Amino acid sequence: MRCHVKVLAAVCLIGGVARGQDNAALLDRLRAMEDRIKALEAEVAGLKGQPAPEAAAVTPVAPAATPQVANAASTAAPNLGGAQGAAAKVFNPDMAVIGDFVGVGGKNKSQPSPALEMHESEVALQAILDPYARADFFISFGEHGVDLEEGYLTFPSLPGHLSLRAGKMRAAFGKVNTLHNHVLPWVDRPLVMQNFTGGEEGINDAGFSLSRILPAPGGLFLEATGQVFRGDSDNVFHSWHPNNLSTVGHLRGYRDINESTNVDLGFSYARGASTQTAGLFNQLYDIDATIRWKPLRRSIYHSFTGRAELVWDHNQAAVTSGTPFGYFASGDYQFARRWFAGARFDWSERALSTLRHDDGGSAVLTYWPSEFSQVRGQYRHTRYAEGLTANEILFQFLFSIGAHGAHPF
Amino acid sequence: MFIRKIVIIAGLVAGICSAASKLNVVTSTEDLSAIGREIGGDHISIDSIAKGYQDPHFVEPKPSFLLKLQKADLLAVVGLQLEIGWLPPLITQSGNSKIQVGAKGYFDVSNACEILEIPTATVTRADGDVHPLGNPHFWLDPENGRRIARAFKDKLSEMQPADAAFFDHNLKDFEQRLTDAEKRWDTQMAPYKGRKVVTYHRSLPNFAKRFGLDVVDYVEPKPGIPPTPTHTLELINKMKQQNIKLILVEPYFDMRTPNSVAQAVGGTAIVLLPSVGGEKQVQTYFQLFDYDVNLLATAFGKYK
Repeated sequence: MRCHVKVLAAVCLIGGVARGQDNAALLDRLRAMEDRIKALEAEVAGLKGQPAPEAAAVTPVAPAATPQVANAASTAAPNLGGAQGAAAKVFNPDMAVIGDFVGVGGKNKSQPSPALEMHESEVALQAILDPYARADFFISFGEHGVDLEEGYLTFPSLPGHLSLRAGKMRAAFGKVNTLHNHVLPWVDRPLVMQNFTGGEEGINDAGFSLSRILPAPGGLFLEATGQVFRGDSDNVFHSWHPNNLSTVGHLRGYRDINESTNVDLGFSYARGASTQTAGLFNQLYDIDATIRWKPLRRSIYHSFTGRAELVWDHNQAAVTSGTPFGYFASGDYQFARRWFAGARFDWSERALSTLRHDDGGSAVLTYWPSEFSQVRGQYRHTRYAEGLTANEILFQFLFSIGAHGAHPF
Repeated sequence: MFIRKIVIIAGLVAGICSAASKLNVVTSTEDLSAIGREIGGDHISIDSIAKGYQDPHFVEPKPSFLLKLQKADLLAVVGLQLEIGWLPPLITQSGNSKIQVGAKGYFDVSNACEILEIPTATVTRADGDVHPLGNPHFWLDPENGRRIARAFKDKLSEMQPADAAFFDHNLKDFEQRLTDAEKRWDTQMAPYKGRKVVTYHRSLPNFAKRFGLDVVDYVEPKPGIPPTPTHTLELINKMKQQNIKLILVEPYFDMRTPNSVAQAVGGTAIVLLPSVGGEKQVQTYFQLFDYDVNLLATAFGKYK
């Protein structure tokens, strides 16, 4: 019996000692963790540029001495825990809003414009969709409605160096048709675009676009684009039947003359059902030419861009014989880091008649307070086919907030 | 005679095969191509898009660049949004799956480097054209040059494993020459440690940190914003008060304001190169620092 009591007492003693040792080890670990938390608090406070908590003085950390090297950080200490909630926002698309405020003064009895107008607020949402595609949306808010200007999916790298785009988009017809309002060098669009290619809306429809860079000799860049659309573009094509698809083809040739100067030439063709009568078709032909000069060493101060675009509109619903034709030619010179001056000449027959034509000219002055805003003034003189003459002063404020978009070319 | 012909033909075929099997590397700037060339040697073909004498923030996305990108196996970029205004549409339009963002052939070297001026507070455009991910001119510290070279070695070895030993040998050689050159540059710059300077743009924080220069202000009132009369007057006063004589200007900025400020303070405005290719004689990463360090040492030597 005495022996059993001794054994029991010994077991209890050993157990107590062991528990005491566990508690001590646990306390040590707690102290170590506490120190670690204090050190991390000090580090976070240091990175935020705020004074560290009082306790941080116990285990000082020198954040400034910590190199901000991505791969070094991973070897310095294990990353504990996942990213914070804010990290999930990295998958949000790049967002930008571009405001276009326009004012018009003067008389225009043929095509009057509002004196002041928040002409457009364009919301751009752009992101890489997955390893195979990217998505781009441009939603245009006017003062009285909303319109999807463009919304498409792009597969940039299909086999055979093909690039496929599906959705609603501005057609690759000429140069100006592809440009959004905020990248135009003028407040308005040339007369030839207003008479033949749907004005501001342009040839803009839902469909597919397939393009490929073609092999070419001697540093020549050649790109071919083929597009198929539903067949509805305001004032250009109308899909009377589901099979009234419209098609657009574009061939672009580009070449650097030297490091400062380059030439861009394009040939376009578009065909779709006429808006006038079912069963009739409208075919458009376009030649666009651009010459650019920008000396690389002073590229932020001086540049010149000359543009011209010629359009022929062969509409089976035309009321006169012949093919209506129109063109514009313009030049824009950057004479200082923030200043651009330009001029444009317009001449265009009406869409369905070679007997009537409009012509005009504009002088433009643009000031860029920063990369994200522009102030533009434009004097516009127009003589309409009806015999009316308009002299107007247009001004425009363009401003962009949000993600930094690519510079137009 | 017959054997000689066969040997010649075999040599030609071997040459063609060798050229065809070379990794085709395109870089966004000449600095990256200069370092990549040190590592890849003649086992790669390497070319850059932006010239060393142009502003890398404002490169035109010319279609001719697409011809380079279309054939690229690897695209090395500076990153940190330096190229945000021109490179993304080029990558998309290139039709080249190898170099799309996230692909094996898309190589952002900023991930390997020490980055300065990472904003710790809220950033807005009221601060000018700021880079929210940190200052992208990081290659102007030789230590980052070393890091870029190591990253190139890893990336090239990953993409062309057969030449891994060659790339490794070139890296060791590059590092040795860089260590030797650093001693030379440090010796030249040692007397001028702590000297105060003004720069046009925020292009030199890594260079200044490495060589102990104190950049006290900028000709631009804010990044990307051209000089204003008010800021220029403030700058002149500050330079006079602190006896600052040197203004460092990138080759793509207008010299009128820096020259007039320098004249007002009795100092000098010099064109310091931020990139390889900034001048014809500066074609390697070593020549870039040789040029800049010599220029600075000479300029500092004029003012006690």
